[in-house]
Amino acid sequence: MSPRDASPFIRRDGPALEEVETYARLERTWATPPGLWGWLSSVDHKQVGRRYIVTAFVFFLLAGLLALAMRMQLAGPEQTLLTPDRYNQIFTMHGTTMMFLFAVPVMEAFAIYLVPLMVGTRAIAFPRLNAFSYWVYLAGGVMLWVAFILNVGPDVGWFSYVPLAGPQFSPGKRTDFWAQMITFTEVAALAVAVEIIVTVFKQRAPGMSLNRIPLFVWGQLVTSFMVVFAMPAVMVSSSMLIMDRLIGTHFFNPAEGGDALLWQHLFWFFGHPEVYIIFLPATGFVSSILPTFARRPIFGYTALVLALVATGFLGFGLWVHHMFVTGLPHLGNSFYTAASMAIAVPSGIQIFCWLATLWDGRPRFATPLLFVIGFIVIFVLGGLSGIMLASVPIDSQVHDTYFVVAHFHYVLIGGAVFPLFGAVYYWFPKFTGRMLSERAGAWNFGLFFVGFNLAFFPMHILGLIGMPRRVYSYPAGLGWDDLNLLATAGATILAAGVLVFLGNVWHSLKYGLVADDNPWGAATLEWATTSPPPSFNFVHIPVVTGSNPLWEEPDGLPVVGGLRVDQRELLLTSVVDAEPEVREPSPEPSIWPLLSATAVTILFIGSIFTPWAVVWGSIPLAVGLIGWFWPKSAPDTPEPVID
Amino acid sequence: MSSPCRRSVSLAVLAVLALAACDREEREPRGAPVGESGPQAIAQGSLYAGEPSPPDPRRQEYEGNAYHLAQGKQLYVWFNCNGCHSNGGGDIGPPLMDDTWIYGDSLENIFATIVQGRPNGMPSFRNKIPETQIWEIAAYVRSMSGQTPTAASPGRNDSLNAKPAEQRAPKAEPKQSNPGGPQVEGRQ
Amino acid sequence: MTARLAAPSPSPAGRGRDPCAALGEAKLRLPPAQALLARKAWEGEGKVFPRNLALTLPLCGPLPLPPGAGEGAAPWRRAALALCPLALSACQGIQSALDPAGHQSGRIAGLWWLFLAVLAAIYALVLVLLLIAAFRSRRRRSLPPGPAFRPEEPTERRLTRGLTAWAVGTAAIVLTLTGFSYAVDRDILALGHRAELTIEVTAKQWWWQVKYDDPVPNRSFETANEIRLPVGVPVRVVLKSQDVIHSFWVPNLHGKTDLIPGRVNETVIVADREGRYRGQCAEFCGFQHANMALDVVAMPREQFDAWRESQLAPASAPSDDRSREGQRVFLTSACVMCHTVRGTTAASRVGPDLTHVAARPSLAAGTLPYSKGNLAGWIADPQRIKPGSQMPVVDLSADQLQSVLAYLDGLK
Repeated sequence: MSPRDASPFIRRDGPALEEVETYARLERTWATPPGLWGWLSSVDHKQVGRRYIVTAFVFFLLAGLLALAMRMQLAGPEQTLLTPDRYNQIFTMHGTTMMFLFAVPVMEAFAIYLVPLMVGTRAIAFPRLNAFSYWVYLAGGVMLWVAFILNVGPDVGWFSYVPLAGPQFSPGKRTDFWAQMITFTEVAALAVAVEIIVTVFKQRAPGMSLNRIPLFVWGQLVTSFMVVFAMPAVMVSSSMLIMDRLIGTHFFNPAEGGDALLWQHLFWFFGHPEVYIIFLPATGFVSSILPTFARRPIFGYTALVLALVATGFLGFGLWVHHMFVTGLPHLGNSFYTAASMAIAVPSGIQIFCWLATLWDGRPRFATPLLFVIGFIVIFVLGGLSGIMLASVPIDSQVHDTYFVVAHFHYVLIGGAVFPLFGAVYYWFPKFTGRMLSERAGAWNFGLFFVGFNLAFFPMHILGLIGMPRRVYSYPAGLGWDDLNLLATAGATILAAGVLVFLGNVWHSLKYGLVADDNPWGAATLEWATTSPPPSFNFVHIPVVTGSNPLWEEPDGLPVVGGLRVDQRELLLTSVVDAEPEVREPSPEPSIWPLLSATAVTILFIGSIFTPWAVVWGSIPLAVGLIGWFWPKSAPDTPEPVID
Repeated sequence: MSSPCRRSVSLAVLAVLALAACDREEREPRGAPVGESGPQAIAQGSLYAGEPSPPDPRRQEYEGNAYHLAQGKQLYVWFNCNGCHSNGGGDIGPPLMDDTWIYGDSLENIFATIVQGRPNGMPSFRNKIPETQIWEIAAYVRSMSGQTPTAASPGRNDSLNAKPAEQRAPKAEPKQSNPGGPQVEGRQ
Repeated sequence: MTARLAAPSPSPAGRGRDPCAALGEAKLRLPPAQALLARKAWEGEGKVFPRNLALTLPLCGPLPLPPGAGEGAAPWRRAALALCPLALSACQGIQSALDPAGHQSGRIAGLWWLFLAVLAAIYALVLVLLLIAAFRSRRRRSLPPGPAFRPEEPTERRLTRGLTAWAVGTAAIVLTLTGFSYAVDRDILALGHRAELTIEVTAKQWWWQVKYDDPVPNRSFETANEIRLPVGVPVRVVLKSQDVIHSFWVPNLHGKTDLIPGRVNETVIVADREGRYRGQCAEFCGFQHANMALDVVAMPREQFDAWRESQLAPASAPSDDRSREGQRVFLTSACVMCHTVRGTTAASRVGPDLTHVAARPSLAAGTLPYSKGNLAGWIADPQRIKPGSQMPVVDLSADQLQSVLAYLDGLK
């Protein structure tokens, strides 16, 4: 019997089934149904990841517009473009949106899209949870922005210090919307973290032992663990805040035994790891882009992994450096100085490894590499000013001034947004099948780099000569005028850079060069499939023989077969050595994640207004979850690998 | 990245919220324009010739506004209202959190009571407190018995709290007030 | 060295002649209605404040060193000074951490310059390495082409040695800097034991209540938005907050310390030279966080003692009819609900103590320099100058306003 005749009875991929036939059947099994219903019920990690990326960029643009509004207000002394009330809402929304609705979600978005491709599996773990997390994130972000448009935007800063954010000094519902937005986004982030951890630990392609995992995946893995340990702290504190405000608890009321500083401890126990939650994935971008364009395997793989893990641990030990001026005991402060200084060592090691890779490579200056070089130039400066902030005496002068504003923009824009733009240029062909224009890319980089430095470098000096942050206006004659004007000019150039980027994306989506599978000649698995990848990612699960699979196997990767083509099935492997263990079914598309997310949204928004929302809102939520987990008739248990 | 259906739903929600939220969350530190003195339409009796006068527009501006209510709460302490009325439970002065209103329960009535003073101890604060602040205090006084929207009423204070915050105060339906004077037994 | 933005006095009753009125008018960009707002230049004592040197000085030629930069400056510090003329030109001022006027701020500024020198050197090294790394490949064309090549063993080994050295070097530098930081921290804290004077500062939205404590109870007094201290005497500042978290920061003297409700914090400040410095709230505290400043005046001991005596005295009685009428208006209008004027029946503690308001350098927590004209503007419409502040718009007639002004302007 020839393979063709037997094909209707063959249910697994392998030599018995022709490539074209395998492809068609996998497509039938894994494709998301067409139409609105299909769109709403999709569980494809690439679709969800794309939605996440686009949504996060929309929030980035909105928050950027707010930043421009602030810079206009501060361009000169005593400007009256914005009232203090509006300004306070704007800077709060800018910080909140950038941190909670852009930076963390966009890094997760890249993980959702890329990690399954990079580890060589057909789908992310818990794909329905993934869809659910996107809807929850979208609902939280839309809620916050609708509130802002209705003049109910939070106005107490992105870290909402009590008592200013408490019931007495922040009347109305503004802060409650902020606190619930935290709950929304952290539920979403925790869901994604769990998916990433499981995907990385259990779904790697055979042969991808721990020491062969791409650095991007390592970065996302460490980040996900940090999310799991950090986010609960902020969810607890935002829930405590909303309880103080809504039902009169006294967590932060000193008169009844509460403590205003408790908020700061809980918030920064999350807030400092948050910085690394944003930064570590960005180091993953850098470690992916650099070897490709330096055309050399990354130098110091082990050192980089150890640095990531060390940063992950140390990141939890230095939250108090945000509180050096609150009057905590000096001995304690000294400990946190040491911890904050110590984190310079792993960061320094990373910088060295990247420089060494570039040093020993033969770099090709495409746009992604430009952004990585911009990243090194800017991030190192931000890191060095961070060393200043780690010193208690210096921090006592520059804390809460524009020096800090400059520092964290150097660290976050330099350390995360530059690599992110590089990543977009790098993976755009994989996402869309088209290349972004290199020429526009160079302009984008140039404007962005120059504008950024013009906008933020003067702020270092402004802080040192006394300008506190979060002021809606400042008096003339303190020597702040010219530097502020310069910063505003820089912000405008920065905005022009973003416009070029948008134009580039728009134009390239329509007219860009069609990309082949591996346009940059990169080494990791996501380039082993088509651009854009099919719904099932890989026709056959690849087998990995080294850290740079596509470079080490230039003639094509070895593959394994044996996964079902008529049902969604994944290959699970062992945690350390990635030995095949079992075949695991993967869920079909479902509308229940969207319905459950809607129920969660009703519950969360309702509980801004009445505690009873938690009781009544749990009913639709229970319905949603029951529907989601209703037992299926299809076999749903893992099966052993057939040898 | 939003489907048409979702967008229209959110637009509808937005429209509904817009009506409720804008007034509640406005922070207008200046209050009503200065220069107009005295409420024009204080009801002193329950009989009207023709149609009753419409309520003062400031009722909406102050009563449904979280900022003004919070300011009123602060001024209530700063100007020592609690010296006589305590936290609303009453002491030398009558309680403010129950359902009995000797001189009327409307915002305009309370405003007039504060401005003009009342027999048996309530001093007149005419010219002592700017009008905007009196409106704020009057609105806060109404929040003590749950007369103001819950979403706008103040939450607990950062101090010792002897009673639930105004936003959780049970709503006391005002009894028929007796604008003529203190004829209710035991109320002086 | 001139006031940069000075409007003509908004009221004919404006105090004194502005030395830079002409310049001010030329620079004035605001409509007349807001001229009051624009009037922020400091006046008085012939010491017209803003030394707005940033970018107005030519970058070549001799530059004035910040005070204290020359004497006993370590070589590294001189080098650092030479490195950054731009920063240097901008660093002077009455609210600048780089223009230290006290022991602590001096030590901190020194530490900062040290950090700057070391970190700038590291930054330069990284940039040089980056440049070489990016461009040295031109000399390496002999390597085989292709996207992937196996790194050569000797290169790997060399780079690994480099990495080890780099990591050890980073750790050593960071450790050294930590040591310096600890030393400065200890030194700053030691000053606390020598404090001779205690001031209690209570932050309120959005102003500072300042209480000078004395063992003899009737020698304590209160003032607002102004701290005066004798030169060279360490002063213990007890910090409390009545509402939300604020932060006490006088950059020319010392770093900041938060004022937190439910807690009592302490800091010590000392001024090594005479002068007027500006402090500002550094923790976001609501609507008017931007305009919550205070003046710190360091003066010789004798002058300080004289000032202290004058502050102990109750308010001077009004001397003419106009002021007497003003006092009457003050005591019978809304003013009395919030303010204290010692020696009268005004004794409310909601707003700032006004007993000697006319002797203070500024109004409304550092928002406006004190002048009768500014006072008029402030009383007439505080919500335009500080939207959201707790000072309400009080409905006074023009005549009443003039009387109150005459009265308050007499409260020296």
